[in-house]
Amino acid sequence: MSGFITRRTMLAGGAAGLLAAPWVAKAQANTLRIGMQSILSGPIALLGTSSRNSLMIEQDRINAAGGFLGRQIEFVFRDSKGQPQEAARIARELVNTTGCEILVDAEASSASFAVQEVVRDLGIACIHTNSETSSLTADPKIRAPTAFRVARQGVHDAVAGSIYLAEFANARKLNKWATCSPDYAYGRDTTAQYLQFFKQFKPDVEVVTDAWPKLGQPDFTEVITKLIQAKPQALFTLLYAGDLSAFVNQGNVYALFSQMTVATPNVDYPVLAAIKNLPAGIQSATRYLETFPDTPANKEWGQVYLKRWNERPTNWSWQNAVAMQFYEEAIKKANSLDGKALAAALAGMKIKTPFGADGTITMREDHTTIGYAIGWGQTTPKEPFIVDVKAADWGKIIELETEWKKQQKYI
Amino acid sequence: MDLSALGACLSTSACVVTQTTSGLIVGMLLFLVAAGLTLIFGVLKVVNFAHGTFYMLGGYVAYSTLAVTDSYTLAVLSGALAMAVCGVLFERGLISRVYGSNVLMQLLICYAVVLIFDDLVKIVWGPEFHAMGMPTAFQVPPLFIAGGVVPPFYAVLIGIAALIAIMLGLGLSMTRFGKTVRAAAINPQMVSALGVNTTLLFAIVFAIGGGLAGLAGALAAPVRSLSPGMGFSILIESFIVTVIGGMGSIAGALVSALLIGLVRGFGTIGFPKFTDGLIYIMMIAILVLRPQGLFGRQA
Repeated sequence: MSGFITRRTMLAGGAAGLLAAPWVAKAQANTLRIGMQSILSGPIALLGTSSRNSLMIEQDRINAAGGFLGRQIEFVFRDSKGQPQEAARIARELVNTTGCEILVDAEASSASFAVQEVVRDLGIACIHTNSETSSLTADPKIRAPTAFRVARQGVHDAVAGSIYLAEFANARKLNKWATCSPDYAYGRDTTAQYLQFFKQFKPDVEVVTDAWPKLGQPDFTEVITKLIQAKPQALFTLLYAGDLSAFVNQGNVYALFSQMTVATPNVDYPVLAAIKNLPAGIQSATRYLETFPDTPANKEWGQVYLKRWNERPTNWSWQNAVAMQFYEEAIKKANSLDGKALAAALAGMKIKTPFGADGTITMREDHTTIGYAIGWGQTTPKEPFIVDVKAADWGKIIELETEWKKQQKYI
Repeated sequence: MDLSALGACLSTSACVVTQTTSGLIVGMLLFLVAAGLTLIFGVLKVVNFAHGTFYMLGGYVAYSTLAVTDSYTLAVLSGALAMAVCGVLFERGLISRVYGSNVLMQLLICYAVVLIFDDLVKIVWGPEFHAMGMPTAFQVPPLFIAGGVVPPFYAVLIGIAALIAIMLGLGLSMTRFGKTVRAAAINPQMVSALGVNTTLLFAIVFAIGGGLAGLAGALAAPVRSLSPGMGFSILIESFIVTVIGGMGSIAGALVSALLIGLVRGFGTIGFPKFTDGLIYIMMIAILVLRPQGLFGRQA
């Protein structure tokens, strides 16, 4: 066989190779790499993968439309396991070693703060897609010039939830409440925030008992029986994912849901799908719901996701999709990938999107989104899982958010 | 701290009955897991850090069996039996090779098994949590005894766990096999010299240990979330049970598991933000007064 390869053909081949090589290299360099990091393993990996899934749909959509600045985009996904130190290291590596030109930080809050400091140092554009902790952007000392948040925010949810629950409680004369939230910073702080606003709208509310189970606690029995003993009229809980599912299943055994009204902001599709015998009538916020806002665009997006991944999107999914829609508009407007230029384009930008309360979401000057769909309704065991959804009043949310920011001395 | 709530609870029969049964259910399921752990330690002096994995797999096997057969009884049996088999394989294939060697070596093997099976569970059943759901037979309203709430499902679980406790207790003290196991715990060389097949004996002990953990996982599956890594949370508590009760003592495991259950049941009312702390304080107090644990033999 070696006889077929002469010195001449070898030389010709080599020359062709040399000529072609720069083309290959140029094609690779022309691809725009976008760094994405999230929790892709561990107990809440489901949320991280639902972020990645959503971004892959966006990648295909954007590339089909010609990419960014005429360049095809390509995500580089990294798993930080949600650990802040690892997250900071990965963010730096994505930019310095892997050559990513913009970042999507799909971390939960603890790691997002670490990523934000790296972004401040590097001056690259970054969108946080999953951190709900308000201070990330609300506190001017923490906010970074080129980092933005496209996600729901703790204080917005607390105001919207409290208004809804106060109206609901007034209509049914529910004054005696209990709380049951996970025993760590999120559970304690957010419960306090909800109660603060709740008492503002309904001063006669009385918290008769509180329970603080550990995160991932296998058995909630003693917590459930304690709640039943205290005979509250209603229960507010911040348990989520597997803990919420176990709580509902164990609560069913004690017929807890027929003894008190239950309210929670943390019900997402995977939880709804995993809980067998979901009780009807739990007062619940919509994190992502295909039927809220009830528009063809929202329904279509949910269906595209379901068909491609054979599971339903989470709250983290829509937030990542919107982040890419913001990048798309901002890059067109700035005609650049430079951190400062993109930051100038993003601040104050309003885009059309299926996930907006009125079909639009705005990136406020303080680097956080407003106008996204927040609603509260009640659960039903079958699809669409949450019905009678009432949209939150964004005017009221912003008014109280501003008051809260003044209290915190952010403004 | 809310001592007035605790006082109010203790003065009403409804609250006492409800919190006691909730303490019993927490305690009894904990006992099933801890009994296997303490049995294996008592006989083989192996601290089985992979015990929580059997609990987890028992739950997952039961979950899949229920999905296929729609029978909770079969689901529980399959969870327990599959883990008994796994116990034997684990003992024969891995642990038997490090008997008598450094504890760190045993720890390393157990930890490897924990990590490998957590990942296998992710591959087979997915990384997200699963819920088995309550079997139809138990989808009934709770019973009211002396004003307290007692769910029928939990009454059955307590009954099964109590039955197992009695069988284990009698089996170890009355039968020839039990006596051999106890003898092997004290002096395995002598038992072997007397012609007892200790290889088989040790494999059986692991089968019982694994089976009990699998049974606990399967029994609890209808009310607990199944997730990769769930074995770890129960393992810590099982160790506390084993330490308080005395390493190797089944009766000690029963008493300390029930103590922990009751501390949880009433602690959550009096000390809602410090329930876990109470358990550790109890452990420290017992270890200071009786370093060998409640029912442990003096070393």
